[in-house]
Amino acid sequence: MHELSVTESILEISLRHAGQANAKRVTNLYLVIGQLASIVDDSVQFYWDIISKDTIAQGATLHFKRLPAKLICLDCSQQFNLGSDGFSCPNCMNDHVKILSGDEFYMEAIDVET
Amino acid sequence: MTKNILVVEKILSANDRIAAQNRAIFDEAGIKAFNFMASPGAGKTSLIEQTVKRLIPRMNLAVIDGDIATNLDADRAQAAGALAVQINTGGECHLDAVMLNSALKQMNLKGIDLVIVENVGNLVCPASFQLGTHKSVLIASIPEGDDKPYKYPGMYRGVDALVINKIDLLPYVPFDMAFFSKGVEILNPGLVSFSLSCKTGEGLDRWLDWLVSNS
Repeated sequence: MHELSVTESILEISLRHAGQANAKRVTNLYLVIGQLASIVDDSVQFYWDIISKDTIAQGATLHFKRLPAKLICLDCSQQFNLGSDGFSCPNCMNDHVKILSGDEFYMEAIDVET
Repeated sequence: MTKNILVVEKILSANDRIAAQNRAIFDEAGIKAFNFMASPGAGKTSLIEQTVKRLIPRMNLAVIDGDIATNLDADRAQAAGALAVQINTGGECHLDAVMLNSALKQMNLKGIDLVIVENVGNLVCPASFQLGTHKSVLIASIPEGDDKPYKYPGMYRGVDALVINKIDLLPYVPFDMAFFSKGVEILNPGLVSFSLSCKTGEGLDRWLDWLVSNS
């Protein structure tokens, strides 16, 4: 499980930005995770509760915005989200497709109290 | 007062910064580095053994082995003739840039031409963590099954070369090469791939040519 090191990065980034803003407390974190990024929300939350203890981010709420992986069919130009049926185009059923997005993994914003 | 701060920062940016330092260490030493990733049992260590044995007369190789426990892999790489260092990750499922950085600081890289980093056997996490190597190689194997690109798209997305190992087992296990290749092509169009067998030696020459020409 790599969620521990990922969660440590999340804490580091949020504390750094909060520090720059002279914040007293971090209350919310907004994370964006693409479907192809292998991150488990529950696991990040579990580690977060442990490692944020005794920091100004203790008790902050983690918000996970999940983005679907987007694909485009190179035959009929249909754009579609990756579902559970594999990579086939839902329109023309061909497999001649390209992945447009889905690898996102970043912190969008934080809410702080100053 | 409550304030919203726009961050927009990649979560793994700290790792990526150390990866850039690792890249600088390699470049300064005139070394090309390769990150080998695969599921457990795909044949990473066997491929490293065969690669080291065949290249050692021509160049100096170092192997950095990541494993959750034991020195077994580093011992095999060393027996084949490489300078070998073992990183025990202590449970982490992948190597990250920091682990590689501390290994590099312990090594005498003088005279080394090529470094192979053997990542932890895992088809999920290693792809997410940049190490600072120049190229990433994914080693798939016939007995794993032909559906792996579909099940583990992340691993197939970011690699520079694909080795399909254990092709000597093709007559004995169901593996639809066309189905496998179709998945690979969707995830990583035009990916250079090498079908080979570390056991019989079939296909190894083409792989070694690629490795040397990228070194």
